[in-house]
Amino acid sequence: MTPLMHPRLEQRLVRAVLWTMTALTIAVLVFIIVFVLRKGLPALNLDFLLQNPSDMGKKGGIFSTVAATVAVTGLAILIATPLGVGSAIYLTEYTWENKVTRIIRFGAECLAGIPSIIFGLFGFILFVTKLGFGWSILSGGLTLAFMVLPTIIRTSEEAIKGVPPVFRTVSFSLGGTKWQTVTRVVLPSALPGVMTGVILSVGRSIGETAAVIFTAGSALKMPTSLFSSSRTMSVHFYILAREGISMPHAYGTAAVLIIAILAVNVATYSLMNRFIRKYS
Amino acid sequence: MNKLGRNDRLIRLGLLVIAFSAVSILAVITVFMFQQGTPIMFRYGLGKFLAGTNWYPSENSFGLLPMIVGSLYVTAGAMVIGVPFGLACAVVLTEFASKRVRSLIKPLIELLAGIPSVVYGFMGVVILVPFIRTSLGGPGLSVLAASIILGIMILPTVISISVDSLLALPPAYREGSLAMGATRWQTVKMVLLPAARSGIIASVILGMGRAIGETMAVIMVAGNAIDIPRSPLDPVRTLTSNIALEMGYAAGEHREALFATGVILFVIIMILNTIANLTSAGRRGAGR
Repeated sequence: MTPLMHPRLEQRLVRAVLWTMTALTIAVLVFIIVFVLRKGLPALNLDFLLQNPSDMGKKGGIFSTVAATVAVTGLAILIATPLGVGSAIYLTEYTWENKVTRIIRFGAECLAGIPSIIFGLFGFILFVTKLGFGWSILSGGLTLAFMVLPTIIRTSEEAIKGVPPVFRTVSFSLGGTKWQTVTRVVLPSALPGVMTGVILSVGRSIGETAAVIFTAGSALKMPTSLFSSSRTMSVHFYILAREGISMPHAYGTAAVLIIAILAVNVATYSLMNRFIRKYS
Repeated sequence: MNKLGRNDRLIRLGLLVIAFSAVSILAVITVFMFQQGTPIMFRYGLGKFLAGTNWYPSENSFGLLPMIVGSLYVTAGAMVIGVPFGLACAVVLTEFASKRVRSLIKPLIELLAGIPSVVYGFMGVVILVPFIRTSLGGPGLSVLAASIILGIMILPTVISISVDSLLALPPAYREGSLAMGATRWQTVKMVLLPAARSGIIASVILGMGRAIGETMAVIMVAGNAIDIPRSPLDPVRTLTSNIALEMGYAAGEHREALFATGVILFVIIMILNTIANLTSAGRRGAGR
């Protein structure tokens, strides 16, 4: 094969094209963040954050939606973390690669690929109607817990695998049982990595709309119990923007969402760096 | 010692039960979706359901073809935009960027994955849709708008899995090729990309799954008209938007038909998942 052009020239051209495409990708990201913050930050103030919405969200702030987001997300994390970390401990410490682990991994991977609207449908039929929880924090939290479970399993598994084997050997040699080794040596060392998965799941829960709108509902009121129907920030933003209720409020809510996501990512990143630095 | 042994066995059993939570949830979701969605498909006729073009729930007419075609168009469009950009980023990150630049770009791309889909949809509505309307014509809310937004949204999936499979290649491949005098690009084109092929294919298939399953962003920019689009500038309704738009008020057969829409979506996603899983398992099995 005779090359059409000198390989060095070709490399230079391709390199320029690939770098341009990468730069464009990053430009899109930066544009989204800057655009939302520039339009949204002027609407943000303490009143906006601390007042309840009134008049369908045209007036007032977004306090009840923040509370609903925190409640639904918190519940999801409380349920998904023990299940996810437990699964990861089993997969890494209590078994070896065999048929059972392959089934478990396949299940988790498939669950990770299921679109959020399916989780929404499922949560609606099981929690809202069959189990009679209604549109509620509880239904929303359970649905989100199922949705983020694969993330927590995968990140915890990687974190536990990252703990040097010698830690376990030493613990055993000092007479520690398997469980003592897991809870007192392995888990504390893997904690930053496990936290990464938890925080990532917090981010996904905060931003989720399709799974939450059919399970937690969209009532604009302060959640008072596990059974109250509430509108989360993302759902509120969606309704404000789609029904054109109030653009300034939509931008303000979007800015809060973006700031929350930025915080989540910074936290994940610094934790991950600490974890990597510790063991390499 | 005996007592400890028994405790450990109990703990092991408990953890095994917990470890099956993901599989059990998957099973429960499958059972519920099929239980809710399949009866109407067979009552109404699977052929009419899949190939019918009329969706008038109030007249008990449930033809899903426009939505199936809509999902396919939008997903294909997303692949055309997302895959080249995703692969370009993956190659730059693993082969061309210095360590410093890489540590700067990688978190940014992860951030792209964290932005909520409603925000993507909103950006589509305020920036992209008006732009398409004024510069290319049509209503703006279109296949094209949905494809571009979805193309951006699948980037993190395509990039992270491709990067992983490129990084997993033995360093000897790279070094050997460079040592024989190949340029970096020749190495990428002739050695690394072919060697990482299965991982890259898996990344594309998983990206496809994300695009088909995305709901909120698509509802906001696709226009949602129930018609098979004739041009990229026509509005379109996908399977996911069909569910989300009507679920709020549907009852009876209508609701069942929406669950049936969910079943179709679910089956497509499971097929894609399995293919992705098999291609990457094949790679692992190849002993690299």
